[in-house]
Amino acid sequence: MTKEILSTEFNRRTVLKTAVAAGAVQIASPFVISARAADAIKIGMVDPLTGVYAAVAQNEVIGARFAVEEINAKGGVLGRPLELLVEDSANDVGTGVQKTRKLIERDQVSFIIGDVNSGIAQAMAQVTAEKKILHVVSGGHTDGITGKDCKWNVFRVCNTTRTEANSVSDILFNKYGKKWHFITPDYAFGHTLQQAGEANLKKLGGTMTGNELTPLGTTDFSAYLIKARAANPDVLLVLPQGSDMVNCLKQIAQFGIDKQIHVAGLQQELESLEAMPPEARVGIWMFEWYWKQPGVPHVEKFVADIRKRSNGKVPTARTWFGFTSVQTYAHVANQEKTLDAVKLAKALGNFQLPDDVKLQPNKCYYRAGDHQLMTSAFVGEALTKPAGDPEDLFRVDQVIAGDKVNPPESDTGCSLQWPA
Amino acid sequence: MLQLLLFNVTNGLIIGAFYVLMALGLSLILNLSNVINFAHGGFLVIGGYIAYTITPYVGFWGALLIAPPLTAIIGLAVERTLIRPLYGRDPLYSLLLTFGLAFIIEDGTRFIWGAQGKPVTVPAILAQPLSNEFFFITGYRLFMVATVAVTVTLLFVLLRYTRLGIRIRAGTLDLETVSALGVNVGLLRSLNFAAGIYLAGLSGVLAAGQLGLEPTMGAGLLMPSFIAIIVGGIGSLTGTLLGGLLIGVASGVTAVFLPAASEAVMYVLMAVVLLIRPRGLLGEEGMMT
Amino acid sequence: MNDRFNARKLIVLAGIWVLLLLVPYWMPPLGGYTALGTRVLVLGLAAMSVNFLLGFTGVLSFGHAAYFGLGAYGAGLSLKFLAPSSSLALLLGMLLGGLAGALLGTLIVRRRGVYFAMVTIAFGQVFYYIAFQWSSLTGGDDGLRGFSRQPLDFGLFSIDILSNTDNFYYFVLFCFAIMAAVMGFILRSPFGRTMLAIRENERRARFLGIPVERHIWIAFTLSCFFMGFAGALYALLNNFADPKGLHFTQSGDFVMMAVMGGMRSFWGPLLGAAVFVVLQDYLSSVTVNWMSFVGILFVAVVLFFPRGLLGVIRQKSEA
Repeated sequence: MTKEILSTEFNRRTVLKTAVAAGAVQIASPFVISARAADAIKIGMVDPLTGVYAAVAQNEVIGARFAVEEINAKGGVLGRPLELLVEDSANDVGTGVQKTRKLIERDQVSFIIGDVNSGIAQAMAQVTAEKKILHVVSGGHTDGITGKDCKWNVFRVCNTTRTEANSVSDILFNKYGKKWHFITPDYAFGHTLQQAGEANLKKLGGTMTGNELTPLGTTDFSAYLIKARAANPDVLLVLPQGSDMVNCLKQIAQFGIDKQIHVAGLQQELESLEAMPPEARVGIWMFEWYWKQPGVPHVEKFVADIRKRSNGKVPTARTWFGFTSVQTYAHVANQEKTLDAVKLAKALGNFQLPDDVKLQPNKCYYRAGDHQLMTSAFVGEALTKPAGDPEDLFRVDQVIAGDKVNPPESDTGCSLQWPA
Repeated sequence: MLQLLLFNVTNGLIIGAFYVLMALGLSLILNLSNVINFAHGGFLVIGGYIAYTITPYVGFWGALLIAPPLTAIIGLAVERTLIRPLYGRDPLYSLLLTFGLAFIIEDGTRFIWGAQGKPVTVPAILAQPLSNEFFFITGYRLFMVATVAVTVTLLFVLLRYTRLGIRIRAGTLDLETVSALGVNVGLLRSLNFAAGIYLAGLSGVLAAGQLGLEPTMGAGLLMPSFIAIIVGGIGSLTGTLLGGLLIGVASGVTAVFLPAASEAVMYVLMAVVLLIRPRGLLGEEGMMT
Repeated sequence: MNDRFNARKLIVLAGIWVLLLLVPYWMPPLGGYTALGTRVLVLGLAAMSVNFLLGFTGVLSFGHAAYFGLGAYGAGLSLKFLAPSSSLALLLGMLLGGLAGALLGTLIVRRRGVYFAMVTIAFGQVFYYIAFQWSSLTGGDDGLRGFSRQPLDFGLFSIDILSNTDNFYYFVLFCFAIMAAVMGFILRSPFGRTMLAIRENERRARFLGIPVERHIWIAFTLSCFFMGFAGALYALLNNFADPKGLHFTQSGDFVMMAVMGGMRSFWGPLLGAAVFVVLQDYLSSVTVNWMSFVGILFVAVVLFFPRGLLGVIRQKSEA
């Protein structure tokens, strides 16, 4: 017995040592989350750095960090440097809410960004509204955020699902055909996206041959693909996101379905295309931002700057979301010369992003009525063979201005309640 | 409709075959060492990533041969250093340990290979359907089933006819007696653990060809294997085989009628089996309580 | 000797309560925040409920998060659809968790050891999938939203527990105290002694004519009631319920808290929860690789501190 205890003592020490060593390596690694300065203005970001959205969330963080760097190099906000505190929501609503409270209550941040997950974003909005903190949703697409659940303090950079559907529907209909079959992830985001697509299809005079609801996290899509093919549509719309989409498109390619039916979808991301083998990269899609925009001012410099900070990887729409969220705050605060959340939120209504922030040809502004950013839709085709650069996996055919594809403010169901 | 149903039964068998491979590895370790390996999904991911890393040098076929044994070696190291001290202790501890290990593996793979999913390309010869009529039977899926069939046959032959296999089977029934007969139980457990992890690694390579390779992909594949074991009955590898195929078919068929329930149906099946036959379909009586 | 031992016990107990009562005063200066303290209490209660079964009956349930999550959904649904009352929400949450436990318990109690663990995990996942899939009722992956805890109405006056975090902390502490008292009472009762007897030697207990299965079923059900209550508190804390709270990884965290704190002692799981929650909160702010550290913590506790922190302290003080 004593012997056992002794050996335990010895081992405990060795393990502590190893743990400390491992810790030192971790803390010295480049992804250390915060560095603090005394008179800095603190802003907080909550994003799922671990879990299934980790890849897109980490790109948002890269963009946000770069924005802070750029702003501080230009003199900061109201003469004070910005300090970005990043917290991991771990793709868990409870954790996301707790981290938001922590940033607001303990770290006293004056601005919050997040989350990629719509559910977490909405839960965070409850907290930020209660605490009267300006909040930009960087990556959650569910309509409600700038629709029926909209809040005076919440703005959104990425698009609504209806906008995404609106920007692709016409082109799909005219180019591919009028019989559509949907593969829809079975949760709020998927439902709204599918409903928007279906409504557009009806308006155009087409028919829906079916709608396969696939549980989130589905790994095997063959059962749904069998049904979809049996319905013999012109277009198969793939609406799942992230790894579900990767799995679905991979299996579509293996089954050879893309050779019989046009495969397309509404929202597509560079992160997903990069995770797919070449044969799965097919179809017409909409990107929310794309890094290759010849002739548009400041884009090339932005791409070069991000490449320097992400091991040569190009910025994705997510990088731009993170970047724009921080820039929005800095620009509006400098313009209004205040950090007061209500004043800033008022000023952000119809606030136009400057050229070196919007990084796209069209006018880009926050709508006053629902706080949704009117940003362009990049519609085009996924490329099986990269065009030159290995990360050039999408050919942009059309850049449509945001206010052309967003539903009118009166249709969003949003009525803002301002604090007294 | 009937044709659709038939499609889905075949398809369910294909999916089931994959669950079987996962579940057999889990089952081997559980039977002999009384360890629920929560990190099994993690080892699957490791297998997949190793395959991804070496494919550019040795090709897909090379990766299929090399990645599983490499994964097994990692598993062996883990067993020797971390799990061995826990034999004979309450199973709670090995459960918690492998649970923590799953965290480390998920984070480790993200640290090494990045959060971004990785594409694994399968050889062109496998990447197409066999016929237009049966488009859902691709070369790759057939190849998967064949690999599983060969592996399972080999495993059963190994267990039945080799000295090592007989000892493992005997150890499953009564480890004390086997030990008293002079068998090195520690070595037996190590080899058995490595064999289980080999199967996880193999599942990983096969999964990488079918699914997107991501650090989180293991977690979703672990639960079906659990259910396969419970349905088949603990202690019986044949039961695990049967259980895996059964839940594969059940979820394949349900996806036709009620997609939202395609996951839940496995659990319903499990509940029904537990109600009617508490020890599982082919479970040994003594193992169950 | 016995007197001195009892006196020391009383002092420790008083110390715990003084510390808990003063959380809103000492936590913020130390870099914490009151909401973190509330979270520790809620998860601590959950870990104690798991330990009620694990540490005192010797049965390993690895799917207890299911009843925790059910409690959360019960509370949320009650606030959203039935009545704006926090106490009703707590009651219904507890009932939902407990009744589900009672029902499934009948299927589970005959298993032991690893098999018990596996079956509890698998059944726990059933509820996870229900919450995840039944989106019209539960909100699916987005979680159940659109409710918030309500002020406590005592007729003459009401206490605002929504916007005042300190008030809410004391409310949770009050609930925690009641549950801890009930739990302690049960453990001291003849029934509690029987549970210990089963833990120590099931076969002997059986020979003594104790209906072991029924006792385990009762213990399982009771712990599910406690779990449901903790879950309901968690829903009030977040104003939210989501499927992650039902997932087996959450169960693993609870078991870990119990083991880390010391599963043979009544207060151990609370200590474990405190260390676990604070550490995770801190680590995940410092590094994105926090999961590795939590994993290493699991491995280290299992290999080197299997009796938990309190176990180590006790061993030291006895030596």
